Formats: sequence, structure tokens, C-alpha cells
Amino acid sequence: MAQLFQTSIGRKVAMALSAIFLMVFLLQHFTINSLSVISPEAFNEVSHFMGTNPLVQFVLQPVLIFGVVFHFLMGFILDIQNRRANGQTYIKYNGAANAKWVSRHMLLSGLVILGFMALHFVDFWFPEVNIKFIQGDWSGTAEGVEGFRYYEELRHKFVNPYRVGAYSVAFVFLALHLNHGFTSAFQSVGSNWGRKKVLQTVGLIYSYVIPAGFIGIALFHHFTH
Amino acid sequence: MRLTLKIWRQENAQAKGAMVTYPIDNISPDMSFLEMMDVLNKELIEKGESPVAFDHDCREGICGMCSMFINGEAHGPDRNVTTCQLHMRKFKDGDTIHIEPFRAKAFPVIRDLVIDRSAFDRIQHAGGFISVNTSGNTQDANAIPISKHAADTAMDAAACIGCGACVATCKNSSAMLFVGAKVSQFALLPQGKVEAADRVQHMVDQMDLEGFGNCTNTGACEVECPKGISLENIARMNRELLKAKLF
Repeated sequence: MAQLFQTSIGRKVAMALSAIFLMVFLLQHFTINSLSVISPEAFNEVSHFMGTNPLVQFVLQPVLIFGVVFHFLMGFILDIQNRRANGQTYIKYNGAANAKWVSRHMLLSGLVILGFMALHFVDFWFPEVNIKFIQGDWSGTAEGVEGFRYYEELRHKFVNPYRVGAYSVAFVFLALHLNHGFTSAFQSVGSNWGRKKVLQTVGLIYSYVIPAGFIGIALFHHFTH
Repeated sequence: MRLTLKIWRQENAQAKGAMVTYPIDNISPDMSFLEMMDVLNKELIEKGESPVAFDHDCREGICGMCSMFINGEAHGPDRNVTTCQLHMRKFKDGDTIHIEPFRAKAFPVIRDLVIDRSAFDRIQHAGGFISVNTSGNTQDANAIPISKHAADTAMDAAACIGCGACVATCKNSSAMLFVGAKVSQFALLPQGKVEAADRVQHMVDQMDLEGFGNCTNTGACEVECPKGISLENIARMNRELLKAKLF
């Protein structure tokens, strides 16, 4: 196994597996966030379960953090290796003639997503870590809020139009990243499914519906708060 | 046709190269690109200047020697052709044409447009073959049943002429289309299956050793490949390596 990941293909496979894992997580995250639009009670219940369940908090969350960090680090490592493999830069290089813009700019879209994640962590994850692990409050309640606090906190975050704008721009880049990443991940693990019309269509739908849904949720809370 | 050529000139591997502009006239649209280069070189020799060095051999799209990066694309703007099969009718009168060598760290420039592609040879030597006992008791290959689909797919992969356009056009200078094709052409056939695990490991190891980049599945190599080698060969190589390393 260790020998596999010492090869260029092994590293690509690892990158693709982390991508597939993150895409599954994204779908789950989107599903839960969608509940905030449909049913605040259901959103609160599921958020409290996810935020307090030991399996989620102490097993799945560390795996997720590892997956995110691994995906970004491996992305940078592979990019550095690729730049080293290049010779002198072409005077004229017509990349648009043979490859989609999104496939040629995965690092750029990835960097925007990394910036978004920093903002997202400051907005949601760090406060949660503070409340649960530093203050030791696992009740899921807050003063002045009836029932669980998660729904009210979510809506409060999207009052600021600049935050909504920043989230929306980041989700556009997420769509671009997924647009290439979805099928590319399958190709990297050795599957030709990525070349099949069915999976390309699924990838296209996934890459646009999920980010558009996230934008819709942010806009919904901004305009209905 | 009257054209302006901007060509990469480099004295030798150590020298610093630069683009040099050459106006050229009386070019027939029916000429091949290399014939146009011949006309230019004839003019340069008559003027006492050094001709532009470029690789060529069969001029029929078979040998894989010609290797120019024309107007930002490997083998120029046409599809499924090598530079020698590219015709001047693909350009317009008055055009400016940029001509550069294929570029990659693993393909150093030797002179002008000539590059060293021996890295591909070393990858082939690492495993791009089958071992057959030729003592006289060799089984007739035609006696081994092979499905039409496998035979056709292997033949499609074997169409790779090793020109290096895939590496030249890849933003990562990845050689995975070339290696994928060479791995596939054997892995699909009974004669090649025997050594399939060793072959893919040795060829991928050598590919990494030569300093080629990683594939990011942009698909540019497939588009620019003069033989239309499919990206499916890269997926097959990945599968073969996973099988060899894990099982």
C-alpha cells in the first residue's frame, strides 16, 4: 500500500478518493442545510444530533478534518510537482483549444474554496468548538432562544449582505471545481464511468445543483430574516 | 501565401534561446508544414544563415519524429494529424505563425525545434514489451482466441507513435497518455497479461523517475494526440497499477 502512494498514480488515486469522500460529505451537509428552509424544527434536531453524537464528533469529524486537510495539501504537492515537470514556458500556449477552463484552473478554484472555508470556520466551526469543548456546554441551547439555538444562529449569520455575497462567490467557484472534479475523480481511480454520459450528467447536475442550493439557502435566510 | 514565422532558435542545449522572426513568401496552400519549413531553410542556407533544426523522418504521420508546437498547440491547429500531415491551407495569407519546440523538463531542447525524447525510450525499455520464447516452439499468435473488442481496443492503443504531443500539450507535462497506451496495448491481450503487473509497475516507476508531471484529466492530450489515443487508456493504466500494487 505504501509503495502505491509513492507513485504519481497512487497520489492521484489518494487525491481522488479524498475528493469522492468530500463530495459525499458535501451532499450530506447540503441535505441538512436544506432542512433550515423546509423545517426549522427538523434542522435544529438534526444539527443537535450531529453536534452532540459521539460517533459524529469524535470519529467522523476527525476523519472529515483529515480528508479536508489531506485534499488541500495533496493538491498543493501535486501542483508543485507539476510545475517542476514543466520546461520553459511556451511563448504561445492555446490551452483553451483543447481543455475546459475549469479543468485548467482547479488550483485557483481550490484556493477560493480554501479562503471560503477559513471564513466558514470562523463563522460556524470555531464558535461551536468554543461552546462545546472550551465552555463545555453541550446543551444546544442559548439565552433568549426557545428550543435549540442552531436555526437562529444560522439565520443571524446571513443578515450581513457582504457575508452572503462572499458565500455566493465561493459557491460559484465550488461549482467550477466540482464541474471538473466529479468526473476527474472517477477517472483517477481507474474507472471509465467518468467518461460515460450518465455519470457526466450526474456530475453536471451535482456540480451545479449543490452550490446553487447553498446560495439559495444563504439568500433565503438573508431575505426572510 | 505570405506569412510571418516566429521560430524558437537555440544554438544548443546549454544556450539561451529566443524567438526569431522570418518573413516568408510564395508558400503554396497545398504544401505540408514541413515543406514550408524546407522552403525557409533553403532561403536561410542561400543567405548563408544557419537553417532551423527540426525533427522529421517518414513525413507520413507514422514515425512520430516531427514535434512542433504551432500557434500554441502540439502539431498545430488541425486534429488527428502530425506536423508533417498539417497543410498550409489551415492558415490564412498574412498570418503570423509561432513555432516552438515541445516543452517539458523531461524533453530538453537539443537545438532549435529538436528535443530529446529518449525518456520515452527508457519508459519503453522498462516494460513496454512481451517476453516470448523464440526457440521455435512459440505458439502461433493466431491460435489464441481474442475477442474482437479486445483486439480493436489494443490496436487503438498501439496506434500511439510516441511523438510526445501529449506531454507537450499537458499543462503538467504528464506522460500518462503515452504510458497508458503502451500499458493498455499489452494488458488487453493474452500475450501481454502474463507480465502485466511487472510491466505497469516498472513503466510507471520509470515515468516518475524521468520527471513527468501528474495527470489532472484535463483531456488536452487526447484532443491533441495525432492518433486519437483515448483517455480510457490512462484509467486502464491506473486500474492495472492498483491491481498490481494491491493484489
